[in-house]
Amino acid sequence: MTQAFRTTSGGRIDRRKAINFTFNGQSYIGYEGDTLASALLANGVHLLGRSFKYHRPRGIVAAGAEEPNSMVQLGEGATTEPNIRATQISLYEGLTASSVNVWPNVEFDISAINGLFAKIMTAGFYNKTFMWPRSMWMKLYEPVIRRAAGWGKAPTQTDPDIYDHMHLHVEVMVVGGGPAGLMAALAAGRAGARVLLVDEQSEFGGSLLSKKRQIGAKDEAGWIADMAAELEAMPDVTLLSRSTAFGYYDHNYLCVLEQKTDHLPAAERKGKVRQRVWHIRAGQVVLATGAHERPLVFADNDRPGIMLAGSVQTYVNRYGVLPGKKMVLFTNNDAAYEAAIDLQAAGGDVVAIIDCRHEVSGELVDAARALDIEILAGYAITGTSGGKRVESVEVRAIQKGAKVYTSAARQIDCDLVAMSGGWSPVVHLFSQSQGQLEYDEEKVCFLPGKPRQAQQVAGALAGQFTLKECLAGGYKAGADAARATGFTPKRKPAAPEIEEPDLGGIEPFWIVPGSRPIGEGMAKHFVDLQNDTTAADIELAVREGFESVEHIKRYTLTGFGTDQGKTSNINALAILSGILDKPIPKVGTTTFRPPYTPVSYGALAGRNLGDWSDPVRVTSIHDWHVENGALFENVGQWKRPWYFPKAGETMHEALNRECLAVRNAVGVLDASTLGKIDIRGPDAAEFLNRIYTNAWAKLGIGRVRYGLMCHEDGMVFDDGTTARLAEDRFLMTTTTGGAASVLDWLEEYLQTEWPELKVYCTSVTEQWATVSIAGPKAGAVLKKLAPEMDLSHENFPFLSFKEGTVAGLKARVFRISFTGELSYEINVPWANGLALWEAVMAAGAEFDITPYGTESMHILRAEKGFIIVGQETDGTTTPQDLGMDWIVSKKKPDFIGKRSFTRSDTARPDRKQLVGLLTETPDDVLPEGAQLVFDPNVPKPIPMAGHVTSSYYSAALGRSIALALVKGGHGRKGQKIFAPLEGKTVTAEIVDPVLYDKEGERLNG
Amino acid sequence: MVKYSIFTIARNALTGHQNWPKQWRSPEPKPEYDVIIIGGGGHGLATAYYLAKEHGVRNIAVLEKGWLGGGNTARNTTIVRSNYLWDESAAIYEKSLQLWEGLSQDINYNVMLSQRGVLNLAHSLGDVREGVRRVNANRLNGVDAEWLDAEGVKNFCPIINISKSARHPVLGATLQRRGGVARHDSVAWGYARAADALGVDIIQNCEVTGIKREGGKVTGVETTRGDIAAKKIGVVAAGHSSVIAEMAGIRLPITSHPLQALVSEPIKPVIDCVVMSGAVHVYVSQSDKGELVMGAGIDSFNSYAQRGSFHVIEHQLGACLELFPIFSRVRMMRTWGGIVDTCPDASPILSRTPVDGLYFNCGWGTGGFKATPGSGWCFAHTLAKEEPHPLNAPFSLSRFESGALIDEHGAAGVAH
Ligand SMILES: Cc1cc2nc3c(=O)[nH]c(=O)nc-3n(C[C@H](O)[C@H](O)[C@H](O)COP(=O)(O)OP(=O)(O)OC[C@H]3O[C@@H](n4cnc5c(N)ncnc54)[C@H](O)[C@@H]3O)c2cc1C
Repeated sequence: MTQAFRTTSGGRIDRRKAINFTFNGQSYIGYEGDTLASALLANGVHLLGRSFKYHRPRGIVAAGAEEPNSMVQLGEGATTEPNIRATQISLYEGLTASSVNVWPNVEFDISAINGLFAKIMTAGFYNKTFMWPRSMWMKLYEPVIRRAAGWGKAPTQTDPDIYDHMHLHVEVMVVGGGPAGLMAALAAGRAGARVLLVDEQSEFGGSLLSKKRQIGAKDEAGWIADMAAELEAMPDVTLLSRSTAFGYYDHNYLCVLEQKTDHLPAAERKGKVRQRVWHIRAGQVVLATGAHERPLVFADNDRPGIMLAGSVQTYVNRYGVLPGKKMVLFTNNDAAYEAAIDLQAAGGDVVAIIDCRHEVSGELVDAARALDIEILAGYAITGTSGGKRVESVEVRAIQKGAKVYTSAARQIDCDLVAMSGGWSPVVHLFSQSQGQLEYDEEKVCFLPGKPRQAQQVAGALAGQFTLKECLAGGYKAGADAARATGFTPKRKPAAPEIEEPDLGGIEPFWIVPGSRPIGEGMAKHFVDLQNDTTAADIELAVREGFESVEHIKRYTLTGFGTDQGKTSNINALAILSGILDKPIPKVGTTTFRPPYTPVSYGALAGRNLGDWSDPVRVTSIHDWHVENGALFENVGQWKRPWYFPKAGETMHEALNRECLAVRNAVGVLDASTLGKIDIRGPDAAEFLNRIYTNAWAKLGIGRVRYGLMCHEDGMVFDDGTTARLAEDRFLMTTTTGGAASVLDWLEEYLQTEWPELKVYCTSVTEQWATVSIAGPKAGAVLKKLAPEMDLSHENFPFLSFKEGTVAGLKARVFRISFTGELSYEINVPWANGLALWEAVMAAGAEFDITPYGTESMHILRAEKGFIIVGQETDGTTTPQDLGMDWIVSKKKPDFIGKRSFTRSDTARPDRKQLVGLLTETPDDVLPEGAQLVFDPNVPKPIPMAGHVTSSYYSAALGRSIALALVKGGHGRKGQKIFAPLEGKTVTAEIVDPVLYDKEGERLNG
Repeated sequence: MVKYSIFTIARNALTGHQNWPKQWRSPEPKPEYDVIIIGGGGHGLATAYYLAKEHGVRNIAVLEKGWLGGGNTARNTTIVRSNYLWDESAAIYEKSLQLWEGLSQDINYNVMLSQRGVLNLAHSLGDVREGVRRVNANRLNGVDAEWLDAEGVKNFCPIINISKSARHPVLGATLQRRGGVARHDSVAWGYARAADALGVDIIQNCEVTGIKREGGKVTGVETTRGDIAAKKIGVVAAGHSSVIAEMAGIRLPITSHPLQALVSEPIKPVIDCVVMSGAVHVYVSQSDKGELVMGAGIDSFNSYAQRGSFHVIEHQLGACLELFPIFSRVRMMRTWGGIVDTCPDASPILSRTPVDGLYFNCGWGTGGFKATPGSGWCFAHTLAKEEPHPLNAPFSLSRFESGALIDEHGAAGVAH
């Protein structure tokens, strides 16, 4: 039987467009405009899943975002998604979905056996058991708990979809496109403001889509269409449907998830952005987020077929579906009567209205009576029966205000229970915006108090529960928002004539009394359907001393589900207030946390994936390196050539070749990634004097100096050479990875500590490409490229630089060396980097010039005992530890780090100090990071003396070399030290860190 | 104290669970205590418990401005490990881990310690060097540690993307098998119950607003529930430590920052260990309820408001999908923030202060949950004996004068 529960007419579905879909392997047909939930109900399917703890059968409760139960696994393969609410899935051709966390299937679920242990699985029971024997926790108890955990499954493949981010500034952002939100957008739009209206649903209209109303000359559908049309025609109004504002942050910053293709058949999604996160800054925000209906808490209120009354009305009116044919309504208010009246009108049968109030009267009540519906006033549902669908309810008279029954039970058969405990305004975003809630005794709900941001509230959120109030309230909020952002609202249009029933009364009613105390007997009074939290759990929590509402939430898990307790929070709170005998507002509410509804990780990441997750930076010579077989190393964001293996060469062989080339002839390195900062201003020299540990004031123009920077604690944090370009201008180089943090550091000091210094720093890393040539033949190569340049040692000494022309390119040439060889660093404008490199390669061909990468650079400098910041240092190393006392000025009045050098620990003689290590067996290359001990033969914990910071095979020396930080190392040269590795212990001798060309004779080639 | 076990549960089930006693009392504050602990988070409650249990101090109050365990204890990503670099840290965190291993039994409350292994990923040659260094140091210190190459990482956690073409490819990882996660709330509640049973007064909704002193010595506190006298005061207030220090005229070298975390919707088990990556800023584990629990980066601004910036979360999820591409369609369910108390050297302070009788336990920053038992144990010793235990002696305030810092920045980025 297909769509046996579809009404004969009406609804906002398109009956001409049938849609095929599959649920739990069974094929069904629905209509365009359906949700998965409405289509399943049309086919008589109520059983969608099982509950979390007890695996009780569960069905659809609501019709929107507040749905606690009906989560499904949507789709298959790479695009499958866990835990999507059937009530929020627009039906599309070919949709497949299945129940989650059931085995073998939802009809027969083995874990339902948990129900037998329900008496044991009370709130927090796991804290009290599974402790003996201790070893069984990891072996048995926890694995069982984990296997039971979770709802749907993550895909096992990479997501084929794309996501993106957008940013928007508007004067007025309206959240919620129901009647109030539409009016607010209209008022602000007519005033001329830039307006954004967002709504999570597939179309605008909100609660009005579920009701029958006459507004002026139009019915509800006509009125909504008119509103949408006028808004759409306004050029400065942006309308986003299927768009959920999920987070409200400081300074009217809101984030919205737009679902762009989730409602389309698979074939139509290709190549489109699936979801988009909008980042909005709004001058004013109008919150018109509506209200969620509250369930009533009674015995076994969780069976499939027990639904919210307003949602029943939605299914009937909006989707043309009868969720049941024999309905019992259970309510504490008049408004819910409309659901009964509408269901009856659509061909259903309302067998009884159970109203827990003793006196009922009013327009809607009269209308129900006129339909001959039996009304049992002063009654409550005290039990339900039915396996996978509710079959009957048990009702009894209850005493007003008291917690007892006053009559015998009566059974009423039904296939649908509609319940209404009143309405809870959707205060989530308001709360996120830091607003406080106020309890309204009369309306029996929490309402927004004073806003904390530039914000208006309207509609049901503001306690405006009639359409008339909503339209007026919405218009006012929109106009106020426009005015607050500098616009003049148009005169308010005359209010249309609205036909709607009188709202009638509501009486707070939180839990149906039982014949025995809650929790005894087998019945369960569910408060949070998703987490299987019962009223008894809340009582237990209070009994055990948990009184704060946050504790209750955590102990019982109420409100901790994927629905974040949209239907359960207030009931839990009210039940708690009853137990504690404190008024509801005194009990307080829990915090609402973003997101309002779940947001996919993909959408949050947007396009910032892969190479876009972190910018990839390459030099202007990069393509040459790639073409010539370089392997790359990531250094911060940069790709640097690591080494250049030739065909068939091992890494070891390649490094030996590269290093020997530098030592014996000439090598070339792309050094463009080194950070470069142009430092200018009359106080530039003074600034450097304070930043570096050594003296800078007297550095001559055209000269270069090496410097170390320390943090205030005296620990080295960066190094590099800096050249004086002019009296008031320096070019600083930094490590590749440290460039950004050094610039931050300079700026922080300039801006916060020494604002009186006139100095300006500019990053020029990517203005200059740097090609470094090193080796005895470096001079010969440069001579060929810069015949005009005087390269004599007298006129171009070590630590100086020249401007001139190299290979026909405007260049700065620095005579500095990180290898100990004669070396020139040629800087040319970035775009000319490759041209220079190729010219260097050509000029060097006759010397067999050899490109080398970072690894050889590291070996070459280690042979010379030069440090690498971040390798020989780790934030705990002073210049003195590195044996670089010579670079710490004794004369300067102050510099960053100076005062720390005299601190007792920093001045301690047995600090870890930089030394060289030579292993006993020359071929043993110590692993970097090996820990060193003076005595390996003691039990653990073995006192450690230091660690290996750098370690290589040195081709030039024909043996392994290492640098290390060793306690008191400077005084231990010649002593033995041990590296206890897994499996063996390596012995080494402590030596001076400079192992090659100790006299520095090679610097001049 | 009624002993918890499956038998007591079964017995109570027969009486509809009507007879469970309160897990802790809600006493009115007494006029005077021997020791007042300010801050009813995990560390404060553990301190009170060990003071009573190990040192026989009976007249103790824990003053908590909100609900107990509601600070960072309730907000963290619950990673527990002890594989720190420096000897001083390794010793105190390892003491802590050892206490964790017997904690459920000791306090008769299942804190659900789940030792499923913690991976710290290396994404660059520098990370590898540091990782190997830490593993070697851990081994010599008697802390379990292993180094895994990329393949080893994949074997241990099959859903990690170890592709070489990833933006920051996985080059290896340190593994501590004894590391894992625990259930944060249970830790606070378990210590509260155990402390209460030993007579400790846990006083909630009681904010300390002033520290009373006479002649350089503490005499008590001012609170929103009146003045309370005390001979000794231990401050364990995490993100609000500097606020309380100021009440006593002390400045701490601590800055408070927002740190956020988030969970996904519960899904069936997909990841059976803890994965941390300091370099790309992701921390993931899966809770016993099925949620992916993830820590975000720290906000660089100072704040006492328990919320951080949204872009931090977006950034983190980008990094997450680099490592775990299959999470793209999993959905973020809840985000929140805590306020972390960070020290310049990323190590805590458990110390006497210039004010007699006033002690501080703070600076745990982004990574103090794992230290809860050890921190409480050491701090209890310090309060009882009026001098630090050798385990916490290195973590004194004076190190900021002497320069004997214990710099753990290098070891793990944002160290959870
Ligand atoms: C997002 C996040 C993730 C984290 N992840 C990890 C992790 O994975 N692993 C890990 O080891 N650590 C982690 N941490 C750190 C860890 O949470 C903390 O270091 C630890 O929980 C601190 O415990 P505590 O008891 O000292 O602090 P808290 O639990 O914050 O307790 C301090 C208490 O002091 C109270 N208080 C403050 N001022 C006053 C006053 N004036 N009067 C009375 N009471 C006061 C507060 O209300 C609070 O309850 C994380 C932290 C955050 C925020």
